[in-house]
Amino acid sequence: MAPAYDEVEVGSELPPMTIPVTRLDLVRYCGASGDFNVIHWNERLARSVGLPDVIAHGMFTMAAAGRLVSDWAGDPAAVLEYGVRFSSMVVVPDAAAADVDGARLEVSGVVQEKLPERRVAVSITARSAGAKVLTQARAVVQLA
Amino acid sequence: MPINPEYLGRSYVAAAPYQVGREKIREFAAAIGESSPLCSDPVAARAGGHADVVAPPTFAIVLTRQFSELAIFDPGLGVDYSRVVHGEQRFSHARPIVAGDELVGTVTIAEIRTAGRNVMLTTRTELTTVAGEPVCTAYSTLVVRGSAPARDR
Repeated sequence: MAPAYDEVEVGSELPPMTIPVTRLDLVRYCGASGDFNVIHWNERLARSVGLPDVIAHGMFTMAAAGRLVSDWAGDPAAVLEYGVRFSSMVVVPDAAAADVDGARLEVSGVVQEKLPERRVAVSITARSAGAKVLTQARAVVQLA
Repeated sequence: MPINPEYLGRSYVAAAPYQVGREKIREFAAAIGESSPLCSDPVAARAGGHADVVAPPTFAIVLTRQFSELAIFDPGLGVDYSRVVHGEQRFSHARPIVAGDELVGTVTIAEIRTAGRNVMLTTRTELTTVAGEPVCTAYSTLVVRGSAPARDR
């Protein structure tokens, strides 16, 4: 159920999400987005340019974290503005080869400001392996 | 190779329209784990007041990545793409992108800033319908590592 503008307060927390991220998710995002940079799917080439392993597309992380807000609003079209700074990599190990199952993205958010026209600004926090992977992540959402 | 600061303010027009397809929106939504029926079911989308299925808020990157290549790969600008890292991204929507849209774009080099040995290059892409209706403005900041002019030689 989408929240009503009048019932939302500054400081209201959005239901947090834990999003698993696997190599398959990255390959699928390569195809959907058209960004086939090898660092997102080829471990050998990722390591050859000094990365610890395959890393997620920043835009995949941004999109996945954005679901926190679109789920809360009940409508992806309610997200009028969305901006982030990419502060750290999401490293995605090979689940088949190790006793790990990819990476995890921990996403939370809080209402930062109530704006005119029944809009609110939400501040989003996204972490993976203990590091903040997005900073200054903020969305403006249209509520009913 | 240094970035040419004289390219600040230069604009590039992506005049060949991008046809936003229903299956592309479904594919993108599935790839990011977005399960809203508004992104996949035209009946649900119309019941929600939209003309057709709705693109997730970051879908515009599919177009703006393509369009901004006009700027980023302009040899005169001097970007070494192997040194590029995505620094920041922002979307501002005048309305949601929906299936059936035909969108064109204008890419402008909005900011060239030096941070240490890196150059922060920001492009602004204005997406409109072919009829000129504003749809989305995307700001993309690329970090071009090691591309600032050396202070001492």
